[in-house]
Amino acid sequence: MIAIGLRQAVAILTKDLWIEGTSWVRWVGLVSFGILVLLLFSFAVGPNSAMLQKHAAGYLWLATLFASANLFTQSFLLETEGGAIEQLQMAPVYPAALFYGKAMANTLQLLLVMVVMVPPLIALCDVWFVEGFGLFIGTLVLGALGLSAPGAMYAAMTARLSNQQLLLPLLLFPLIVPALLAAVKATSLIFFGDPMGQISSWLTLLGAFDLIYWILCGIVFGRIVES
Amino acid sequence: MKASLIWTGLGFTLLAVAHYMGLFVAPKEAMMGDVGRILYVHVPTAWVALVTYLVAFVLAIRSLWQGKVSTDAYLEATLEVGVLLNVLLTIQGSIWAKPTWNVWWTWDPRLTTTAIMVLSFVGVLLLRNAITNPQRRATITATGAIVAFVNVPIVYMSVRWWRSLHQTQSSPETVSQTMHLPLRMAAFGMLFLMIGFILARGKIALRKLEAESAAPDLPDLNTVKPLDV
Repeated sequence: MIAIGLRQAVAILTKDLWIEGTSWVRWVGLVSFGILVLLLFSFAVGPNSAMLQKHAAGYLWLATLFASANLFTQSFLLETEGGAIEQLQMAPVYPAALFYGKAMANTLQLLLVMVVMVPPLIALCDVWFVEGFGLFIGTLVLGALGLSAPGAMYAAMTARLSNQQLLLPLLLFPLIVPALLAAVKATSLIFFGDPMGQISSWLTLLGAFDLIYWILCGIVFGRIVES
Repeated sequence: MKASLIWTGLGFTLLAVAHYMGLFVAPKEAMMGDVGRILYVHVPTAWVALVTYLVAFVLAIRSLWQGKVSTDAYLEATLEVGVLLNVLLTIQGSIWAKPTWNVWWTWDPRLTTTAIMVLSFVGVLLLRNAITNPQRRATITATGAIVAFVNVPIVYMSVRWWRSLHQTQSSPETVSQTMHLPLRMAAFGMLFLMIGFILARGKIALRKLEAESAAPDLPDLNTVKPLDV
């Protein structure tokens, strides 16, 4: 059963990545939106370069968060348009496999958006990876995982609702605050150094958040899809 | 409706007596003076708000398990009362913060997590309101409430996990004996008020859901597509 579920999750992941990968307009739109948010933050703060540098980690994660709302909405729109979700249920696909496939596809797409946003961030805010690039990528992965699981679940919950664009961020943003806080703190420490050795505790918090929501959302997702 | 009136009446009476004692009988708080008397309102509101969310969490699990209309109705009522208490709690905290910390609001883990908690549950109620299919609405409300509840222990433990301006949880040993009675009476008063409100609002919600299910079948407004004109 686990092997079948895994195969189904991988099939959903591949399908989503294949469909989304072919839409270059969407990718350019998402990445442009993220970079635009970075630019807007720097305009809002003004020409104070020290201030820009200090808050660089916050800008990166907020830009990612805003872009993620659009990404998650789109991910479930694929299934509801044309009744694909009903076909998937009849296939039959395990709801948990559907959830993990979708959440994993969201994670990978979000990671790609973030990686593309990093060079403009370095140019705009003049930051560098003092604690190492590997640790930075690890933080991005944990952060993307933290956003993607509740994101996929709320996208399913708000699917087919006329005000989904409003409801999804309203539900998602308060929930992911612990993950956002941990990701921003860890990224900031990576940019400016960590003499007190605090990064590991922030990454542990982020990891614990990921674990709780990847399990909890996987459990309740079946009921959401059934309804 | 009678039970809700009894609970509400009992709650208001206890609160009136407790607040009289808190204002005129109990001694001044050692550090804050008369300002500290707000604790007889604020602390019971905080306790009961968290208890209300716990009740909502239990009802949400029950609603998913049994799928009864009545559970869904009382879940809606409990979520609404929880949000009401949570909003009151935030306002009271802000009023207390001004004379003691000299600001209406500050970046503090307890304050921030409490504000996040209310927004999470408001989101669940808005989502519920947007769904027209009764079965889907019940499931989504229950799952939304379960997921939002994860924040409740975080709020409770925030003063211990992070460095906070907000004081840590008190116990009878850390509070003067003269404060025990008004504080306990206010807490029970608030609890009874919460029960009365949930019973009254739940009854109304249940009648509304029953009337909805008795009405002729209409197309699901969330799935029906607009006509091509």
